[in-house]
Amino acid sequence: MTLALGDPLPAFDLPATDGTRHAVPGEAAATVVVFTCNHCPYALAWHERIVAVARDYAERGVRVLQVNSNDAERYPRDSLEAMAERVARDPQAWPTPYLHDATQEVARAYGAQTTPDVFVAGADGRLAYRGAPDADWEDEALGATWLRGALDALLAGRACEPAETKPVGCSIKWRT
Amino acid sequence: MSRAPRVELLFWDGCPSHPRALADLRAAVAAAGLDPGLIEVREVPDEAAAERERFPGSPTIRVNGRDVVPAGDEPVMLACRIYHRRDGRISPVPDPDDLRAALAAALTEGAS
Repeated sequence: MTLALGDPLPAFDLPATDGTRHAVPGEAAATVVVFTCNHCPYALAWHERIVAVARDYAERGVRVLQVNSNDAERYPRDSLEAMAERVARDPQAWPTPYLHDATQEVARAYGAQTTPDVFVAGADGRLAYRGAPDADWEDEALGATWLRGALDALLAGRACEPAETKPVGCSIKWRT
Repeated sequence: MSRAPRVELLFWDGCPSHPRALADLRAAVAAAGLDPGLIEVREVPDEAAAERERFPGSPTIRVNGRDVVPAGDEPVMLACRIYHRRDGRISPVPDPDDLRAALAAALTEGAS
């Protein structure tokens, strides 16, 4: 299934590495759901840019959730334990909850393809941007400009431009 | 005269990094005065092939059988491989300087 622009973000309620649970929908001026993981160089290269967005927009009511849906049996580095170890090694790098989608149902509901794959909804909970954080994993100076642009547009009551870009990264590791 | 080294690029199609890695490798091979046509490009399609090739992730580049960035104790894995640029940044492809250094070392060995 692939989510279309304007569709409500599929609901979920997932555990985070600290034992708390986080659900969508939730009260927020905008919600960002990022599918990510521990061992993908694209996800790692974009991580700092994404968490900088989470810090910069938190006071404006933007909620950022990072979700790991990879098959942890074939890829043990993506187990909940490995996720918790990663957060514990550098808590400052995680201003967002890091959620575990053990059944992969959330990734399937969103039609997530890669890590990272970014989904953004406004206060109405409907998908307004989907794709990459910015145009180039290699260029840190871009600073997740597509994601920031989408949030700026939503917070100002405008449509996102672009509203869709091609997600770039490692394939989600589906169970076989 | 030195013999041309064996240069292999192994990739898994589930990772999008190999076109960029091949372009970087072609440039490094040409800069070393070698024919980019000598590069052997091989797909690693499944876990059995990954085991056979001792494949630590995509892409993996070997010169005379040696990984241009030694994989250490990385497990065999069908996944994108994590590299570090010489400036410390994480990257899905090796630093071009590491490609050039591996080729230069192979040419030096071949000449001695």
